[in-house]
Amino acid sequence: MPTEGDLADDGGGHAVKGKLLTGNAAAASAARLARVDYIPAYPITPQTEIIETIADWVREGTMDAKFVQLESEHSMMTAAGTASLAGARVFTATSSQGLLYAMEMLYNVSGWRAPMVLVNVSRALAAPIVLEPDHNDVLAARDSGFIQLHSETCQEVADMVLLAYRVAEDSRVMLPAIVNLDGFYLSFTRERVVLPDQKGVDSFLPPYQPPHPLRASQPVAKGTAVMEGFVYSYFKYNMHAAAVRAKKVFSEAARDYKELFGRDYGPVEGYRLDDAEYVIVMSNSFTTLGRQAVNRMRERGVPAGLLKLRMVRPFPTEEVVALLKGRKAAAVFDQNLSPGSGGILFPEVAASMYHVRDRPQTILPVVGGLGGKQLTSDEMTSIFEEMIAVNSGSKPLAPMFLMRSEEMAKVKRAVALAEGGS
Amino acid sequence: MSTATRFRTLKDMPKEDYLSAGNTMCAGCGGILAVRIFHKVLGPNVAWVNAAGCMTIAMSYPLSPLKSNWIYTAFASAPAGAQGVRDALDVLVAKGKLPVSEDMKVVVVTGDGAAYGIGFQSTAGAIDRHLDFYYLCYDNEAYGNTGFQMSSSTPYGSASKTTPPTAANPIGNTHKKMDLFEVWRAQGAPYVATLSNSHGVDFLKKVEKGGTVKGPKLYIDFAACPTGWGYDPKDSIELEKLAVQTGVWPLKEAVDGVVKHTLVPRSLLPVKEYLKRQERFSHLFEPAEMTDVIRTIQSSVNAYWAEAGAREGFSVKVPDSA
Ligand SMILES: Cc1ncc(C[n+]2csc(CCOP(=O)(O)OP(=O)(O)O)c2C)c(N)n1
Ligand code: SF4
Ligand SMILES: [Mg+2]
Repeated sequence: MPTEGDLADDGGGHAVKGKLLTGNAAAASAARLARVDYIPAYPITPQTEIIETIADWVREGTMDAKFVQLESEHSMMTAAGTASLAGARVFTATSSQGLLYAMEMLYNVSGWRAPMVLVNVSRALAAPIVLEPDHNDVLAARDSGFIQLHSETCQEVADMVLLAYRVAEDSRVMLPAIVNLDGFYLSFTRERVVLPDQKGVDSFLPPYQPPHPLRASQPVAKGTAVMEGFVYSYFKYNMHAAAVRAKKVFSEAARDYKELFGRDYGPVEGYRLDDAEYVIVMSNSFTTLGRQAVNRMRERGVPAGLLKLRMVRPFPTEEVVALLKGRKAAAVFDQNLSPGSGGILFPEVAASMYHVRDRPQTILPVVGGLGGKQLTSDEMTSIFEEMIAVNSGSKPLAPMFLMRSEEMAKVKRAVALAEGGS
Repeated sequence: MSTATRFRTLKDMPKEDYLSAGNTMCAGCGGILAVRIFHKVLGPNVAWVNAAGCMTIAMSYPLSPLKSNWIYTAFASAPAGAQGVRDALDVLVAKGKLPVSEDMKVVVVTGDGAAYGIGFQSTAGAIDRHLDFYYLCYDNEAYGNTGFQMSSSTPYGSASKTTPPTAANPIGNTHKKMDLFEVWRAQGAPYVATLSNSHGVDFLKKVEKGGTVKGPKLYIDFAACPTGWGYDPKDSIELEKLAVQTGVWPLKEAVDGVVKHTLVPRSLLPVKEYLKRQERFSHLFEPAEMTDVIRTIQSSVNAYWAEAGAREGFSVKVPDSA
């Protein structure tokens, strides 16, 4: 079942570095490179390949770790957290319904300050049930205290898993982390991935040294009750401060990572921003579509640009401000929906800009790609056209909900059929 | 499994205490007493894994009466928490990252609400994986911590906050208590036992015996609860003793599925003697005695002992239930 394919050349006879790996294989490979001790698991599409790959490696002896399949994601997260408290480096993965099933434990694991890493393979939430991605699953964990790093490519998946361990286990942070990748678009899509070498990873990520693990010789109590709100508040503020510090720790770790492996990662990433006046803010795999839209707009002479959110928690407020201030207009593309409010990240971006004097005059909320809905390049460029129209005053500001007319026609036919019409 | 024991009389109760005096449980709480005795047999190197319930509040920041490790998980998943601790200790020792001297016994401690109900999925998984752990259920036969609502362990005829006796429903709880002992046994757990704090030697021996078995071990402790059951806290041990003497709480164990009663009363006291001492059963006696309900309870106890006696070859003289 190995999903790897060697890239000997680029088809033109030039040697190419790396392997063809799916996002899932990249996640599993990074977990092995991180020398994790323990993987409690539970299957769900589209995450399964991650845990199957790891189960294979552990059973064939090419990964020195213990793999256990639990009976639910709630139990899986519980075991992940308690194993981390006992001092193991822990990896696990889930998706969608599984993440929500485990939700109670996410808050416990972060409250325990157990720095395990969870890969979430995004998939939209039931009902109706669907397999393709949007980000309501991972954003449901937004307030749980997990660090969140979102990936655009399979390469980023591998790199984010390694960076996540460095940040999570740092004594200034001590919080668990989620690395997100989109189901199907990344999970089952092979891309060229250059995996770091083991020696490099070992120097980047030394063995986990838990500060206060469960020990026979030095007993500890974890997750104890607190009887008063002010004590609870103290611990929650502490967690917030640690999460805020995680941004700086990430940047430090990213510097080391670049030195060792050559790839450069910030909490956010800009694309063609230098002179950009119209900027789309995005995250995850559809960012690639955003880049194409920027190129098309540039061909038409529009100074378009893109801001990618790689880090979602802590929210990179300063970076967002630095890259959006002085622009004419911005649009926040949310691949998620909070019914009755709109996109989830839009208010975060808008709030970041509120006190900035030269903020964009227009910040356009856009919702699209729900349940993995495909987006044509016209749909993507329409976001820029809307930004320009609203900003010039020729159209009032109203949230966009992307849907093509031919898709609407198809839905109408399906609805008629479901209602027993013809 | 070893049969030799270091516990012959109550004088053999280990002197060491791993639970310091003074905690937040009610006076007379059978649950915390069970933890205290259990710990004496296990010795110092223990990791307790707890689910939501009264015991959770005993470890309140910044104080813990325990001299061993403790994790509060959630209501539903303490056995999975034990899985994580056990696996982590095993893998760290195997990789040479942890000296064997740091190894610990992993013990789940929960109430009946978790053990019989919300935590059962997690429990079933742990038994299925043959996890090497102890499960101590202090069974106060209801959700104590939230104010005494019914659980799957609440006995027939008991009042609870969610099964209050009314004119239309005078009996209180109409479900039979679920048989957790048999559920574990049927699933292949190598050691399953009931305990009563009133029968200390039996208690000590069973914890000792289970310790020689690798795999999932269940202990259901009959945990008198003055607050929920409604009686004077000083009578907890007496009440537990009455439950044993009336045959309401059989003391038994199952080793590799073979059941043996560890105490066979020659004759049982009438269940009435036990029921009438508690507020939760008071509606069976006031304003008028509900003789049919009491008879139903008595005949189910009688039937239990007749069946157990037939299986194990003993006979118990039972009170009249006609
Ligand atoms: C998921 C969830 N649902 C409900 C609760 C509320 N709750 C806390 S303790 C408890 C009852 C526990 O009963 P039991 O296991 O018998 O322990 P006891 O309180 O009797 O010690 C309940 C319902 C909770 N903490 N978590
Ligand atoms: S309510 Fe009952 S079980 Fe809970 S602490 Fe009080 S006596 Fe113990
Ligand atoms: Mg209870």
